[in-house]
Amino acid sequence: MTLRRRSRQSLGSIFAAPLAIAMLSIFALVAALTGDGWRDALSWVGLAVPILTIAWALRPA
Amino acid sequence: MWYLVHKWTSLVCTLFLLLLCLTGLPLIFSDEINRMNGGTLQFGMPGVGSSSNAPGLLPLDIMMAKALAVRAGEVPLFMAFDNDQPSMTVTTGPTPDAPGSDMTTQILDRSTGKLLSKEDKGGIMDFLLKLHTDLFLGLPGMLFLGAMGLLFTAALASGVVLYAPFMRKLAFGTLRTSRSTRLKWLDYHNLLGIVALAWMTVVGVTGVINTLEKPINTLWQRNELAAMTREYAGKDALPPSRYGSLDKAMAAARKALPGNNPQFIGFPGGNFSSKHHYAVFFQGDTPLTERLLTPALVDAETGAFTTARSMPWYNKALSLSRPLHFGDYGGLPLKILWAVLDLFTIVVLATGLYLWLGKRRASSAAHVREVETGGIVVPAG
Repeated sequence: MTLRRRSRQSLGSIFAAPLAIAMLSIFALVAALTGDGWRDALSWVGLAVPILTIAWALRPA
Repeated sequence: MWYLVHKWTSLVCTLFLLLLCLTGLPLIFSDEINRMNGGTLQFGMPGVGSSSNAPGLLPLDIMMAKALAVRAGEVPLFMAFDNDQPSMTVTTGPTPDAPGSDMTTQILDRSTGKLLSKEDKGGIMDFLLKLHTDLFLGLPGMLFLGAMGLLFTAALASGVVLYAPFMRKLAFGTLRTSRSTRLKWLDYHNLLGIVALAWMTVVGVTGVINTLEKPINTLWQRNELAAMTREYAGKDALPPSRYGSLDKAMAAARKALPGNNPQFIGFPGGNFSSKHHYAVFFQGDTPLTERLLTPALVDAETGAFTTARSMPWYNKALSLSRPLHFGDYGGLPLKILWAVLDLFTIVVLATGLYLWLGKRRASSAAHVREVETGGIVVPAG
């Protein structure tokens, strides 16, 4: 892996992906609270993102 | 400094959090599990909510009489309704202020008047729920778990702070699985922790709010309810023999809050009413406000409407904390996602414990170095 040789990252780039995932999760959690039907579906998609991220991280290199 | 905060807040709460995650996992699916055990209930008018006033539903007074006939000598404590089916519950007990352990809840069909079943106390799900809520210790147990939840949120916050130096030279999503077991679990701990962060925070904080249920309710009774029933302050408690018609009271309450449906009625002398009122708790008329209740107080003897007032912010916070903690508000797919994220949390807790056990004898300075270098330096101690 070449990751070790990366230069030091700024806080912004370290937290970019985590922040996006967190915002999506919060959005999903609230969406289902405001109604049923498509709002529920929206929450399933949003809350699947953290789980899909793990699947992506586990992909064979 | 943040390393020490993370270490100690986590250490204190980890075992309790593991217990909460493990007991919480089946509880996510308690509706489904209970339905499987009880079989499907047959209703006289399927799909008609008992909370409505649809024609064909039996009067509340008749339902109450049927419930009390089964529990001779007891007094009514609660009557609760369903929005989707004609099923409803009636809770009775020996006295108006009977504690939860002395209460009996019957599930009835409001379209046929038949007793469907008795709420199962002492089943496995009930056991798990008690363990999850208060460790069988009542209010002190609840508050203790609330404190553990607070420590958990502190552990999450300090974990985020430590994530920054750890990831300085690593790309997001890095899992170094082939070097050492410790490095592998360290990467899993960090990645699972950061992706599930928002969910863990929401479920953690709403869990803490849920542990405050009893103090919140006491506060409401002392402040709001006392103000709403000031004219009754000097009167003796109304004896159950003088309780008037529920249907008359419900009609008066519906007139005051038209278009809304009741969730439950709290009877005089209980924790949800004064000593003289039927407190009819109405749901809002939109999906979001459905959970924010407005109690309408009706004189239990005369059936005259006294007053209605929406709940204060602390009760609203509690009402919204319930679905956000249980995950039961977006269908089965949401529950499955809830379960997966709960499993993630279990892995974060278990790997955290492993990382601490593995290098317990190493100095704090060595641990801080491990965090700052992204786990590359694994000091001997």
